[in-house]
Amino acid sequence: MNSDSNKGLQGPQETPPTTPAAKHESSETQVLMKHVFPVEADDFTSAGEASGKIKNILKQLGIDSQLVRRAAIACYEAELNLVIHSWGGQLTLLLTPHEIKIVTEDTGPGIPDVDMAMKEGYSTASERARELGFGAGMGLPNIQRNASRVEIYSVVGQGTTLKITFGF
Amino acid sequence: MMREYYHSVTLNKDKCKGCTNCIKGCPTEAIRVRDGKARIIDERCIDCGECIRVCPYHAKVAVTDPLSRINEFKYKIALPAPALLGQFKNLKNCDRVLVALKQLGFDYVYEVAKGADIVTQLIKEKLAISDIKKPLISSACPAIVRLIQVRFPNLLDHMVRVESPMEIAAQMAKDEFSRKYKVPREQIGAFFITPCAAKMTSIRNPIGNEISHVDGAISILDIYGPISSFLKVPDNTEQLQKASSAGLSWAISNGESQSLGIDNYLAVDGISNVIPVLEEIENNKMSDLDFFEGLSCSGGCVGGPLTFENGYVAKNRIRILAKGIHNSPPKASEVEYVKENMDWVLQKNIMEKPVLKLDEDIVLAIQKMEALERINKELPGLDCGSCGSPSCRTLAEDIVRGNASKLDCVFELREKVKMLAKEMIELSDKMSVGREEKKDNEKA
Repeated sequence: MNSDSNKGLQGPQETPPTTPAAKHESSETQVLMKHVFPVEADDFTSAGEASGKIKNILKQLGIDSQLVRRAAIACYEAELNLVIHSWGGQLTLLLTPHEIKIVTEDTGPGIPDVDMAMKEGYSTASERARELGFGAGMGLPNIQRNASRVEIYSVVGQGTTLKITFGF
Repeated sequence: MMREYYHSVTLNKDKCKGCTNCIKGCPTEAIRVRDGKARIIDERCIDCGECIRVCPYHAKVAVTDPLSRINEFKYKIALPAPALLGQFKNLKNCDRVLVALKQLGFDYVYEVAKGADIVTQLIKEKLAISDIKKPLISSACPAIVRLIQVRFPNLLDHMVRVESPMEIAAQMAKDEFSRKYKVPREQIGAFFITPCAAKMTSIRNPIGNEISHVDGAISILDIYGPISSFLKVPDNTEQLQKASSAGLSWAISNGESQSLGIDNYLAVDGISNVIPVLEEIENNKMSDLDFFEGLSCSGGCVGGPLTFENGYVAKNRIRILAKGIHNSPPKASEVEYVKENMDWVLQKNIMEKPVLKLDEDIVLAIQKMEALERINKELPGLDCGSCGSPSCRTLAEDIVRGNASKLDCVFELREKVKMLAKEMIELSDKMSVGREEKKDNEKA
């Protein structure tokens, strides 16, 4: 766990976590590109579509292929977390001159214990998600492994915002 | 100097009607219809031959060598693809076909299945290395290797870096022939009898090595007739078949994987089936898998666009023929000999082909991407293909690349015409009375 993610846990946000990603975005960096993809809860048939689109956008931008791979893996896991755990939300791709940011924002149960959630093999996925082969407890650890930086802002009973950053 | 992009798959312009069948099925979106004719974008084409299969007018063709080309060499070796053996009805044994090749003018016949036997052992060695990226991805199908170069470059470090059975067989054949008959290697020409266009391209433009050891490729379609006529002539029972049943089975999907003697593999055939699996590997969903075999054609090489027989019929024949031949792996000394004396590792890095990139400059690429997304939203989203691009999104891409205009879309054009017509009507209403009419009115 890095310091950023701990910082995010120091108390509830003033605004509900469903506010647009831009709110968390300080004016420090120039956003070159922003794409928002809605993600529905429990919609396993279209799960992965948003991250697939993001992957193709990154390829067309000519981002280094190994970086695309890392972003694609993290993005897919993040999207599935929304499908499995949230009540619905959105996936945002942001590009700044030196970073790719993938931000998920949802309304949902929130993460009561972020440290536990970051542990490999720990999962709170529903029976249904497990029946479909999800909920191995590798989502957040996989995101952590592939990203340069991960920040989690979560309020129990309200929702979660996850910011994944890749430097280039 | 060789052209940067050689392609076996080409267009016969006279036959092309400008329909949209080929643009829709192309896995790398490499075809556009412009000015009423299909055009293949060289940098994107992977020579899979899907367009050859779907073109109702047979305007897409694979260029291979005519049989007469073998006469450029003093000594001629045939390298039959294992798929060749699945083409013939009531074939009692493989030797009949191999002997027929000699009757056609070849001095020597060396089965590519024999090369596959050696390659199998070399891949087994790679699989035994503990720190390789899993799954290891087969490099047997050149169309799939090129698909990965274009669309999945981040998977290139998963590829098996072992030469193809065709290249190994060509080297073994030339080596054996030149030692046996004491002739210089330059006088020997080795010709692959091919079920596919992608292999022809690999001979001219090798993927992982500087040069190919194969001198040309003859299509199974071209040689099927002549072989058939020799099959009717009584057999002289020369024993030429040497490859194992495992080597022969490389002609069909699953064949390579099964020959490796591992359980944890996945074999997928048909390029449209391979693509979603590569997407999953890219998302790290298959990191527990040892080996992935993806073949571009349905059923495997037996389903190649240059074969004569229905792929599934041929697949069944291969299965039956394989039962009748031995199943012993090559001798360890033989494998060692290849390792010591031949090019068996892909020397060159398999490079990515970043043809999807919108611009070299990332800032410009982002601007183009934004424009692309904006245009895409304005287009009708029907993916009808009437504009000559395979989908609305591709048209948007073509527009930002400067290769098309929004009015190539028939629906956009219709709107524009409607609008212009409306403006004309409005304008004519404003000019309530014309000059001539006025004069007429005055007279009256």
